[in-house]
Order: sequence, then structure tokens, then C-alpha cells
Amino acid sequence: MTRLADLGQWERELLLDMLEEIPGFGLHGRPWVAGPSLRQRRVAIVTTSGIHRASDAPYADGAAANDYRVIPGDVSADELVMSHLSSNFDRTGFQQDTNVVFPIDRMRELAAEGIIGSLADFHYAVMGAARVPGLEPTARRMAGMLKRDAVDAVLLTPV
Amino acid sequence: MGALGQWLEQEGIATTQISLVREHTASIQPPRALWVPFILGRPLGVPGDAAFQRRVLLAALRLLEAASGPVLEDYPEDAPSTSSVEADGFACPVSFGRPVTEDGLSGALQREVAELAPWYDVARSRRRRTTVSLSGLAPAAAAKFIADFISDSATPSFREGLDVALALRLVTQDLKAYYLEAVAAQPGAQVALDASRWFWNDTAAGKAYLDLRESCLRSSDDAVRRFGARSLIPLAVAPRPSGIA
Repeated sequence: MTRLADLGQWERELLLDMLEEIPGFGLHGRPWVAGPSLRQRRVAIVTTSGIHRASDAPYADGAAANDYRVIPGDVSADELVMSHLSSNFDRTGFQQDTNVVFPIDRMRELAAEGIIGSLADFHYAVMGAARVPGLEPTARRMAGMLKRDAVDAVLLTPV
Repeated sequence: MGALGQWLEQEGIATTQISLVREHTASIQPPRALWVPFILGRPLGVPGDAAFQRRVLLAALRLLEAASGPVLEDYPEDAPSTSSVEADGFACPVSFGRPVTEDGLSGALQREVAELAPWYDVARSRRRRTTVSLSGLAPAAAAKFIADFISDSATPSFREGLDVALALRLVTQDLKAYYLEAVAAQPGAQVALDASRWFWNDTAAGKAYLDLRESCLRSSDDAVRRFGARSLIPLAVAPRPSGIA
């Protein structure tokens, strides 16, 4: 139901204002990496939902929150909490079931059934309220770690 | 989030993503994206419905096998309604009512916290988890910190080394999660948008958060003012005050 027409005026204006920031993200070209079939892929989840283990530090203020949290592949979904800066999205779904934001149990099922090749040893989370251009170095560092984990496909989930 | 997809792909890793705001994704044009017609906060659609989540997930992962891109596909299946107003025209069956006077707000907040405790215990036991764990404070202590800050915007953080703006964020997120987890366990549990309306319209806590915003805006701390202006009250409840970056 996140159709802009269904939202209130202030929410709609905020989301439309964000469109104006996109040219400043410094995105160039149309990168496209081909690869093997899904059943041969090693997949990691990268989420902008601002989740982390309860024992990890919460995300700092949005202006400085270009950091990330590591989510070990053997994490229990019940260990994960959310300290995202924004109050403009539903959290009751996450409170009820982590998988509605971070589908780790569903991914494990797909790996066990051989629908995907394997799951990464580590997944990553950032907070989507961070300034987007500031996330570029984080993304590139993350890419290095993903490659060392032999990951060749990433599922990105928002919130 | 589409920008992350672009950067990871530039580094040689294929990406696929779930998109909640189609307009953003269409503008950024990440390599592969599945737009889903779900409310913000629920990219996989339906909590507790593994089969539904699996269908969404497979649709997103299958885009990795697309021959060329960028691909922006629309997911065809709606989630069940997240508002009983949409579903049957009835909303907010549970109501505390607002406290009558400003003087009673702190007391009303503590009473609400106490009244919800048995339901929170049911929710925690049933779900075998809780997300009320960011601040390390018990709900009553979180409510007291909020009430204290409403009375005096120079109230210090409750923990050394934790700045006040972050302390406020953690306690307000914890207390709201406490309310929403508790009310979800009550008979006739409210769906997402009703529970939010209940929190903001019918509880002393909702009123306290609106008062807390005013107190934050009086603070001499830039980060606290920014928190109050931008992060405490959803845009569905009130617009942002102007003049604060």
C-alpha cells in the first residue's frame, strides 16, 4: 500500500522531496553483473532497515550514521532489534516477525532446498536515514568483505 | 537503497532488491528491483506468514536470472489490509482516553505502563522475544525519563557516555515498542495502522511524545532539537516544524 497517492500529504511530500536528492548521489552508468543460475549463487542480505543484534551498539544520529552492523549468518532472528532513526514506517510487523524485514529464516529454507546455492557467513545492515552519498565508501568496503565471503549475489531489503 | 545496489554492482557483485517506494527506484534505476505494494516497514509483506514471504523473496531472487537490465518488476499480490478502517470501517477498539489535565500526564503515563504490563508479558512469552531492549531501561523508568525531560529540557542523559539525543531516541523507541507489543496481545488485536492511530490519538504516551517534541525544540543541544523536529513524531501524525535542519 505504499503508493504515494495513499499516503498523507506530509509523508508524500517527504518522499517526493527525496527524489530531488537523487542526482546528488553521484551514480554513474548502468552497472550489470551477470552470473550463474540461482541454485549456484551464494547470497548475502544487505538491509537498510537499521537492525542489529541487541548486544550491538545502536545507530547514531542520522548525520553520522554512515556505519554498518555485521549480522553473523548463524544469528537467531529473535536476537535482532531495530534502532532506525525514522518514525515514519511501521514497526509492528518487525516486532512480530523479524523475517518481514530481514528474511533470514526464509533464505535458510531456500538454501536447504537447493533453490539458492548457499547463504553468506555474514550479512550487513545500515540505516537508511543516513545521508546516501556518505554510504558509498561503506558500500565499497562492504563489497570487499562480501567478495572475501565468496558472495556473488546480494538481496537488498529496505524498511 | 537503490544507490547501494549500484555501488555493489560496480564492485562486481550482482544485486537484486525489494523496493517500497517505486518512484525512488524508477529514478535511481538499480540493476534489479521488485516493487512491492506493502506498507513502509514490511518489505516481505506479512509478518508470521512464511508462505507469503517466500513468494515475495523468490520473485526478488528470480530477477538475478534476468538476461539484461535495469529491471523494475511490480509484485502482483497485495498484503492483507493493515487497517480495519480499510477492512470494515471500524478502528481503535481499545482506548485509554487522554489524561484530562497536563499536570496528570506523568502519572497517566505511569498508569498506562502498569496497565499494559500483563499484556506485554503475554506478548513476550508468546513471541519468545521482545524488541524493547535498546535503552536498557525498564518501561516505567523510560516513561519517567520522558516525563522528566518534558518538565526540564536540560535533564541529563540517564547513562554516562550516552548523549541525550540518542538517549531520547532509545527510550522513546523502547516505550512505543512496549505499547505496541502489549496491545498486539490483547483480544481483537489491532492491525498495524490501527495500533499506530491508537498510540498517537488515544494514549497518554502519544500526548507525552507530542509534549516531548516541544521540550526538545527548546533544548540548547542541536542534536536534541533535530531529534525532536525530525525523528520523534511520524509525518502521518504531524508535520515537521520548520526552521530546523
